[in-house]
Formats: sequence, C-alpha cells, structure tokens
Amino acid sequence: MLLLILKRIGLGLITLFIVSLITFVGVEVLPGDACTTYLEREAYGAALDACIKRLGLDVPAYERYLDWASNVMRGDFGYSLSGEMPINEVLGPRVKNSLVLASVSILIGIPLAIVLGIITALWRDKLPDIMISTITIFSMTIPEFISATLLILIVAIWLGWLPGIVIIPSDATFYELLSNIILPVVAISMIMTAHMARMVRSSVIQVMASDYVQMAILKGVPYWKMVFRHVLPNALLPAINVVALTIAWLLGGVVVTEVVFNYPGLGRLVIESISNRDLPVVQALAIILASIYVGINLIADLMTLMLNPRLKSLQIRK
Amino acid sequence: MQSNLVTDDKQKNKLEKAFEILKTMASKPSGLIGLTIVLFHVVLALISPYIAPYDYKAISPNTMLLAPSAEHWFGTDSLGRDVFTRTILGGRTALTVTFFGSLIALLWGGLLGIFCGLVGGKIDDVVMRVVDAFLSIPWILAMLLIVSLLGTSTEVLIPALGFFYGKGIVRVARAATHDVIAKDFIVSARARGHSNMSIIWNEIIPNVRDAILVEGAMRWSWMLLGFSSLSFLGFGVSPPTPDWGLMISNARGLMSFAYWSVIAPIVGLSSLIIGINLTADAFAKALGIDRSTKAPV
Repeated sequence: MLLLILKRIGLGLITLFIVSLITFVGVEVLPGDACTTYLEREAYGAALDACIKRLGLDVPAYERYLDWASNVMRGDFGYSLSGEMPINEVLGPRVKNSLVLASVSILIGIPLAIVLGIITALWRDKLPDIMISTITIFSMTIPEFISATLLILIVAIWLGWLPGIVIIPSDATFYELLSNIILPVVAISMIMTAHMARMVRSSVIQVMASDYVQMAILKGVPYWKMVFRHVLPNALLPAINVVALTIAWLLGGVVVTEVVFNYPGLGRLVIESISNRDLPVVQALAIILASIYVGINLIADLMTLMLNPRLKSLQIRK
Repeated sequence: MQSNLVTDDKQKNKLEKAFEILKTMASKPSGLIGLTIVLFHVVLALISPYIAPYDYKAISPNTMLLAPSAEHWFGTDSLGRDVFTRTILGGRTALTVTFFGSLIALLWGGLLGIFCGLVGGKIDDVVMRVVDAFLSIPWILAMLLIVSLLGTSTEVLIPALGFFYGKGIVRVARAATHDVIAKDFIVSARARGHSNMSIIWNEIIPNVRDAILVEGAMRWSWMLLGFSSLSFLGFGVSPPTPDWGLMISNARGLMSFAYWSVIAPIVGLSSLIIGINLTADAFAKALGIDRSTKAPV
C-alpha cells in the first residue's frame, strides 16, 4: 500500500521533470532569446552583451537548466521580462483569483453533476433523462468561448441582470471577487457539470446491471435503500478518477473563459505572457499548470486507493 | 483471375460493411441528426465559394454594421463585410484544418501506439512517460507555445494540432494492441514465421482499427474546439481569413447593438461541433465501443 503510494508520487515527479525539460527546450528553440525579445530593435552591440550577461545567457544551456530547476524547486521562478518584477509577485494574486474561480465552480459543479447523473441513470430513457441528457450534450460540446459569449449577450446585455465583464484589478479582495464571479462560474461549471454528469450516469447504469444489484432486487431490498447502499458507493468510486481528469482537462477551458470575462487569473496571464513573449513567465506557468494536473490526478489515485478495500491488498496496479 | 475475384469480393464486403455501419448509425435519431448536420456542413463547405454572394474580404464604410436584410441576410460586420458570406466560408477553414489534423493525429498516434504495444519493455515505458508528460501540459499552453514559435499559418496549425491531439490516440492504440497481442492468432502467426511488419499489417491493424477510428472521430470534435478557441484568442488563422472563432472574437465587442454578426458564426460552429459529436457517438455505438466512461484527455 505504502509502496504503491510512493510509486504514484514518483511517477508524478518524473512526469513533472519531463514537462520542465520540454518547456525549457521549447523556449530555448524559440527564435530569438530573451534579450533580443526584450531589447527589440536595440538588440546589438554593448546593450545586447550587457543583457546577455545580466540574464546569464552566456553559460551553456544545460547549466542554465540546472540553475533554473534548482531555483524552481526552492519556489523561485526568477524575474519576468516585461514587468521587471519577481515572477512570484506576478503570480501570487493571479493564482489566488484562479483558485477562487475554480473552487467555487467545483463546489457547485460536483454535487450538481452527481445529482443529475443519478437522476438520468435511474430514469434512463424516460423524460427526465432525455431532457437532462440533451442539455448536457449541448453544454459540453459547445466551446467555452461560445457559451461564455452567449451568457454575456443574454444575461448581461439583453436582460441586464449582471455585469458582462469583470473590471477588477488582479489584487481585488475576496468579496470584490465574489460579486463579479457569477457569470464566469456559471460558464465553467456548466461544461464541467455536463461532463461529469454523463460519467456518473453511465457508471450508475453499469452498476445497476451488475449481479449483486440484481441479487439485492430479488432479495426484496427496498428500491431507495438498494440505490443508496449498493449502487451509489460502487458507482461513484470509479468516477473519481475520471472527474479528476476532467477537471485537469478543463484548465484549458478556464484560460479561454478568463479571457472572455476579462477575469484577472492565471489563464489571462498565459495569453498575456505569450503575447508579450515573456518567456520566464511562460515557463513558470507551464510548470504550475502541469503540477496542478499531476497533483489532481495523484489525489484522485490516492482517494480511489483509500476508498477501495480490494486495492489495498494489491501491490501493483496497472 | 482467381485472386482478382477474391479481392473484388473483399472490396465489396468492405463497402457493404461500411454501408451497414452507416445504416446502424442512422437508425437512431441522434445519429441521424448528427450525420445530417455533418453532411450539410461538408456540402456547404464544398459549394460555398460558388454560392457566396459577396467578396469575403471586401471592406466598405457604407455598409458598416447593417442589420439583416434582403441584401445582407445575416447583416454586415464592423468593416462592412457580409456576415452570410463569411459564415458559409468559415466552415471551409474549420473543416479543412481539423480534417487533415485528425488524419495526422490518427496516423502517428495509431502507429506509435501499436508499435509500443507490440514492443513493450523499456522503449514502451519511456515513450509512455513522455506521452504522459505531454498530456499533463494543458493543450492550450502547448498550442500557444507552438504557434508563437512557428507562426499562425494553416501549414503550421495542421501538423501542430495533429501532433497534440494524437498523443491521446497513442494510449488507446497501445491498450487495444495489448488486448489483441495475447490472442492465439498472433501466436500462431509468429509460429508460422511471419515478420513483425506482416503481423502488424495483417493481424493487429484490422483488430485495433475500430477503437482507433472511434477515438479519432472524437478527437475531431475536440480539435475543432481547440482550433476555434485558438482563433478566438487571436492565435489561430490570421485575418481576413473567414473563420468562425475569429469572427466571434471580432464581433464580440459590438454585440450589444450588432448581435447578428456574433450569432451567425456561433450557430455555424456550435452546429458543426454538435454534429460531429453525435456522429462520433453513433459511430462508436455502431461498432460496439462504449466511450461514455472515458475522460476527455
């Protein structure tokens, strides 16, 4: 059991190491280094030399990678080019804002998805299922920027209920955030809920068809007791992993949603830093986003392990 | 003569089988709707240059932000361009880029996956680690990096999308190969002394093809989503190319009084994505593959 957990953590760390290599190499082969980007047309002669010296670009690439990696491990991402300030200071408020947005969406999305998934599974192919399933298919297939744009058009412009665009600085307080956050949260949790509800639905349907549920029915266990005692624990367990992957996948959607609503989070920073060619920030973001992905998956794996008695006795799981 | 007959027969069987699958797909309302939408978009993409009433890049200050009328069915945008023309041409860009992108994804993802599943051992371990690492970089960051590295032309976008949406196919192809490889007919093919290439070609590919094709169909809709999101963010095709994502992003700022120029591309893109999704779902069901419990990775 312990060995298994250690192995999972080890695999996650290896993944992060490869990600750091990929982004470092990717940034390395970008045409023009940080100095030519930063100095633009003045990139020649003494100014260029001085800049190269200052940013330490005159040492070989592998040394710079080791240097950078050891700094990152100590939590220091270096300096951003455009703002000339420590990346940690740039990231701090952005991370907080994105966390608020993501956690509110998840807190609304997961319970809603479980309820909807169970309803659609228990009333399979009946009216509630057909209605909810149609809506979920629509909301999960339509791109985030379209549903977000439609939300702004309908709720903010035509009905005039809420502000369409978030106009708060990146260091806004928690309460300022909450009042501005409603439409972005709706946009994100709509898609997330739809994905997860579909998975819960098929998981419940699978369990309902299993032998032990048939057995419980034949034994005369009351319907709702059967649902809550026998079906749900077994159906929700495999859903945890899938839910984790979905949340991680939605990181991309969060980027787009933040841009549509002008929300000052990590996602908008991704676009800003790539437009500005602020490579140190791009590197930092890649590592952070990949860590979130690896972390969520790790937590999901561990939760499945804890909750599943059968896996506890296993040493290695494929 | 004899062999010719056999291949003719095989060919016919293949066609019949494809037709059977199409029939099964269309037998359910959702599959029929999906197929109809996709067919509509493909036909429209093929004929749109001939039926477009205006020039898609003709800018005119006299026709700025006109409401829909008999002359301009979907109105005009902020540069005076006809929205109907640009909307029907927008499907061409989206379909071409994502179709060839999916083809590339299928090819390299499928072949690498089969190779890894067949070889196993150390090579397999290393490749899968790298694939996992690529999977853990959010697609948007990876695509943005590539695009800012190589520029935003379709020659860059197609292979880039193909590469990034192919890594998930590697996993599926590898798993399917693992399922097949332990079967008796592979063992007997090896015993007969067939080469690895012949085993891949004659034994493995026919057996993993369905799983890979279904995955590819699903990827197609995600790739369309990714591609239009890139265009929306300003990192996809460059103006004045008629593209839905680009049109929505341009018209968004003015939608409080000119909503038509944002509605038309939204309807176009949403219907195509929903159509491809329904088709892919029906395709999976017709081949007996259940995808509903999988995460969208």
